[in-house]
Amino acid sequence: MAIRVGTVRVGAIRKGKLLGNIGFGLAVAALISPAILFFLWMLSLSLKNEVDNMAFPPVFIPNPPVLDNFIQVFEKNDFLTYTLNSIFVSFGATGLALLLGVPAGFGIAKAQAAKAAAVIMIARVTPGLSYLIPLFLIFQWLEMTGTLWPLLITHLVITVPIVVWVMIGFFEGLPQELEEAALVDGATIWQAFLYVALPLARPGIVVAMILAFIFSWNNFIFGVVLAGRETRTLPVAVYNVISFEQISWGPLAAAALLVTAPVLLLTLLMQKEIVHGLTAGGVKGG
Amino acid sequence: MTVASTGLRGRNYARNYWPFLLPAGVVVLAVIIFPWLFTLYMSVHEFKVGGDFTFIGLDNYLRLTTDDRFLWSVVRTLYFTALSVAFPVVLGVAAAVTFHKKFPMRGIARTIFILPMMATPVAVALVWTMTFHPQLGVLNYLLTSVGIPPSQWTYDSVSVIPTLVMVETWQWTPLVMLIVLGGLASLPIDPYEAATLDGASGWDMFRHITVPLVWPHIIVATVIRTIDALKAFDLIFVISGGGPGTSSETMNLFLYLQAFSFYNMGYAAAVTVVFFIIILLVSLLLFSARQQKQWQ
Repeated sequence: MAIRVGTVRVGAIRKGKLLGNIGFGLAVAALISPAILFFLWMLSLSLKNEVDNMAFPPVFIPNPPVLDNFIQVFEKNDFLTYTLNSIFVSFGATGLALLLGVPAGFGIAKAQAAKAAAVIMIARVTPGLSYLIPLFLIFQWLEMTGTLWPLLITHLVITVPIVVWVMIGFFEGLPQELEEAALVDGATIWQAFLYVALPLARPGIVVAMILAFIFSWNNFIFGVVLAGRETRTLPVAVYNVISFEQISWGPLAAAALLVTAPVLLLTLLMQKEIVHGLTAGGVKGG
Repeated sequence: MTVASTGLRGRNYARNYWPFLLPAGVVVLAVIIFPWLFTLYMSVHEFKVGGDFTFIGLDNYLRLTTDDRFLWSVVRTLYFTALSVAFPVVLGVAAAVTFHKKFPMRGIARTIFILPMMATPVAVALVWTMTFHPQLGVLNYLLTSVGIPPSQWTYDSVSVIPTLVMVETWQWTPLVMLIVLGGLASLPIDPYEAATLDGASGWDMFRHITVPLVWPHIIVATVIRTIDALKAFDLIFVISGGGPGTSSETMNLFLYLQAFSFYNMGYAAAVTVVFFIIILLVSLLLFSARQQKQWQ
């Protein structure tokens, strides 16, 4: 077919293809520009002094960029404490969820426990606030408010379903033969789990860990109800302290950027795992 | 496979695995199932923090049917949800088709595209709030510089919900894209080759081949988006706080106010139960729509 078409038509086809490519490039640009422009604006706000942030027409490129806002965030607030709180809660809730959820995902996948899977699914559907009313009362009665434990425990509501859900999918996808061979050779189910299934499921565990950590780190609603002044996690701190006690855009944007930076970096570094995990289950916490 | 063929399947096989479920089961019972039951219990009681439980039957539920503030919050929630599903689903499908094609730097473009949904909602919401400022916000500057009159964004009772929908769309279109992209990845290529030979246009192929084949994925994305939009909290709470007045107070914000500002725990529990039933009904409705589509 290519031999028959004359040079004129080849030229026309090339031209059409080029136009198509340009159009496609513009479509991609249109899709990603809202994200790029937003995060660049966030960066711009955080690197400008207060005069430039309040200027109209707005100053787009910080000239010169200043780090004063970031310094202020640490000097004027207990930002370090809040960071440690967030680390304790998110790492704790993720670690515990892996310890509990990986075997549970294995058990549900192997026993094909549809009812257990349904409970996890319904937990995913329920609004976060509906857990908070009863748990809030319980923590008050147990006099646990004022510590970080209520936060860590409620974050399990987010992390456990994510881990179980991702792991069910992974264990169902693993080949049965290796495990069955181990069982035939006299291994117990626990040995088959620990030495055969678990090493094979390592990519799944990484996906579950990243997603559980991100959605725990981002969680706001549990902290806003349960955290006291000393036990705020970063999202609550950035909302409470910084937005009310000093209404200036520069430090606020700097604090917002600091809170979300770990998650954005993790996304950039682990995009393959994250895309895989989200495509499979459509998980989201809260 | 039968029990006889391996000797490992069937009832005994399943029963061997319950110890794996036990630890997680205990935690799920404590932090998920117990709260559900306690909420049901509270919803038929009059209870304020520090007081006693007084059994009042269905009074909390009856009160909801005459509480205008609650009923309006339901209407607003449905309005917000309809828009927050429609835009992300349409845009998400378009984005998925685009990212399904191979092009240079596709990986990095896709990663940038999903950043909004991974970013901390509160952090994102605070920066959006700054862009909505009627006098100093960058959005009104951009609008007026291309000749469009400025908007009041979240400072006006009519434009507040569409503005929140815009942020919600910005944040959650990527999730729809990812789910549909998963569907596109598993498509067969034969129908496309046949259609190309028959001289079908790109749009024809999209309408008559792509959409029917990924339809289950589009439905799953729609259901997930609907549930998430019904439950939306962080963005609305931070950006508008339900205001101006109560013009963006959705069910979830109403629930928050009843529980943690007014401390009407019994009443809030009844709201939770109704809220949950609405979520369940809408999800079931959407799934039955999927079934009907398959029968056609």
